[in-house]
Amino acid sequence: MSQTSPLPPAAGSAPAAGPTPTVGRPAGATASVSAGLLPTGGASARGGAVAAGSGPAVIRAAGVSKKFVSYHKRATSLKEAFVRRGGLAGEDFWALRDINIEIPRGQTVGLAGANGSGKSTTLKVLAGILRPTSGKVEVHGRIASLLELGAGFNGELSGRDNVYLNASLLGLSKREIDRLFDSIVDFAELHHKIDDEVKHYSSGQYVRLGFAVAVHVDPDILLVDEVLAVGDEAFQRKCLAKIDEFRNQGRTILFVTHSLDLIENMCDRVVVLEAGKVIHDGAPGVGTKLLRQRLGSSPTEGAGAYGTATVRPETLSFSALPGTAPQIAYNPGDSMTMSVGIEVAEGAPAAIRARCVVVGQNEIPIWVMDTPAEGIPVSPGFTVLDYTIGSLPALLGAFAVRVEVADAATGSPITSRRFHELFGIDGSHAEGLVHVDYEARPRA
Amino acid sequence: MDGPLAGNPSNGAPLAGSPPRLAGSPPRPQPARRPGAGPRHAARNAPQTTGSVDATSNPAAMARRSRAQSRVRWELLRNLIRKDIKVKYKGSTLGFAWSLANPLLLLVVYTFVFQVVFKSGVPRFGIYFLSGLLVWNAFAGSVSTACGSVVGNANLVKKVRFPLAVLPLSAVGFAAVHFVLQLLVLLVLTMALGYPLIGGGLLLLVPASAVALIFTVGMSMLVSALSVRFKDVPHLIEVALMAWIWLNPMVYAFGLIQQRLHEYTWIYELNPMAVVVMAFQRAIYVDANATKPDGTPLQVLADPGYVYYLERLAMAGGISLAVLALGVWVFRKLQADFAEDL
Repeated sequence: MSQTSPLPPAAGSAPAAGPTPTVGRPAGATASVSAGLLPTGGASARGGAVAAGSGPAVIRAAGVSKKFVSYHKRATSLKEAFVRRGGLAGEDFWALRDINIEIPRGQTVGLAGANGSGKSTTLKVLAGILRPTSGKVEVHGRIASLLELGAGFNGELSGRDNVYLNASLLGLSKREIDRLFDSIVDFAELHHKIDDEVKHYSSGQYVRLGFAVAVHVDPDILLVDEVLAVGDEAFQRKCLAKIDEFRNQGRTILFVTHSLDLIENMCDRVVVLEAGKVIHDGAPGVGTKLLRQRLGSSPTEGAGAYGTATVRPETLSFSALPGTAPQIAYNPGDSMTMSVGIEVAEGAPAAIRARCVVVGQNEIPIWVMDTPAEGIPVSPGFTVLDYTIGSLPALLGAFAVRVEVADAATGSPITSRRFHELFGIDGSHAEGLVHVDYEARPRA
Repeated sequence: MDGPLAGNPSNGAPLAGSPPRLAGSPPRPQPARRPGAGPRHAARNAPQTTGSVDATSNPAAMARRSRAQSRVRWELLRNLIRKDIKVKYKGSTLGFAWSLANPLLLLVVYTFVFQVVFKSGVPRFGIYFLSGLLVWNAFAGSVSTACGSVVGNANLVKKVRFPLAVLPLSAVGFAAVHFVLQLLVLLVLTMALGYPLIGGGLLLLVPASAVALIFTVGMSMLVSALSVRFKDVPHLIEVALMAWIWLNPMVYAFGLIQQRLHEYTWIYELNPMAVVVMAFQRAIYVDANATKPDGTPLQVLADPGYVYYLERLAMAGGISLAVLALGVWVFRKLQADFAEDL
């Protein structure tokens, strides 16, 4: 189906495979941002990625590793410090392993990965807040790190005092702040409250003021953690517009985000982390595809933790009939069998229910298939369930499957897994999801 | 780049695209403006016109801007001290007057206790006591505030890059502001009470204050850094300060120490704060000798001259510089891990 792509072949390969957010546009995208909200070709066209930046590297991390020593292993009392002199190697946790990132001036880089993959740690190391255990970090220019908006605000002081204090911390002189003050207040839209104590601000106002200060310190490098997730939609739009403005001014931006749309629309390049290692560094299109794959099929969602569940959907395949060769492209009316391989461990319920939710774009359920209410008896080992569909509906698109297993006796969920495997139905020739027979004519 | 993708079985299949892409696959008109061709993109490659970014093309300017975020700046320190003062007196009617009234009240209380009740024999005990107490309070206040200065600003330390040394330094600055004003109150008070204030002796305040400042900064940096890693330090300091106050000739006359220690008095004088306190007393308080109620002579001050003090201050200054060097070294060494330890 990708042959029908309007995009050039170069973009039709892996990088372009990321979805076009034509429907799932993030609420926060502004008009100016949406100029970039185009088919992924946009991202890859912009992003010969590494070449997009100009000039010398402003951030260079070479072989950076970061080890955290678990708290109880740390010498936190004087006694321990003396008693234990280099003893016990504690349970160290390597948050980052051998990270090599070089970011030239003017590049916008997204930092993505699952929770705990080391994104925030990377940002903190680059911001000079954490010291890498090994390796070297070089940063040239003024950094504004939006790790937390309004960090360092003092509730007892007025907004005005806090602006001066915070900007001063970030490296501005009094004269510079005087000059920027009105602009900061304008941006935060807090004219009426700027002389009130910050403790009387709403959380939204607090964050707005924090963001306003941070972006006004005239940073050469902007490090943004997931702070944009806070604030209302209008504010998010404003933040994104500001970040976009920074891009246009040729500043370097590095931001952590879970939003694949943001990565595709704002970044020249994406760095994907997994367990503290860089698993991808380059075109956003490829990065988001990789992320979708890692996150989408990550079997963590649902009631039970997948890893400890007694019944675990392990495999998924599609074929025309039970036991025939795998096939993933179908036409309407074809028969299809969905085979779910389930690993059953000791201690599993005697009977389970397994529900397959076929999902389309944006995880919208298209149809659901369930096992009979009394469940299917299972015994420890590997079981394959076949769901056979006699005639596929006239749909258009590629679909994925989420399998949810539950205890048949109690109905309580055991675990669920969203598989990344896709099958496609080439149904309609119009743009819609479903083919509907109709006729159009003027009323007589 | 493709490496990580190779493991995906569905990758090479014709349906490799994810759902939204398929849904959009029938040809549709492309918007006129494509990224990469539009003005946005052009702007990115065009010569920079923004002043600030222009400035950053210069590596030296970049380095300067970078340094502004890691060097202790006087202005930042001033702002932090001002903030502390503002926060402390916010909402109190008398505000700063409380701090100024403090020495006044102490003067009344201690004069009553040690002159009227206990008859310590030190004439004008209140002035004698306060001339030492103010500088000690500044020191003790700085050190105990500094203990919590980094720990108490954990949120800031973990989230913002700024010169961390301003935290203990602002604790010292906060105490110093109070000290200077309280000292002025004391001087005015002394004159108001009609006691002689000899002009020349007051000059001793300059070297004594300098030594006190160096020692206080050194100790504050040391304890603020150690408190982050070792949670016992603040408690230890609290107790130590309580004991330490008795190692200074404030409540008792220095003469008592000389009578007991004789040639070992120098050990007592290893404590820079004791020397500072003595110098302050020499500067503000004039009665070098007094007679106790029972007729025995009492040596209140160590020496009627000034050379004695300058010698001791020189030594205390040396010790203070060593403490400062240690404090700065320890702080530098530990500060990189503050964000992790907090």
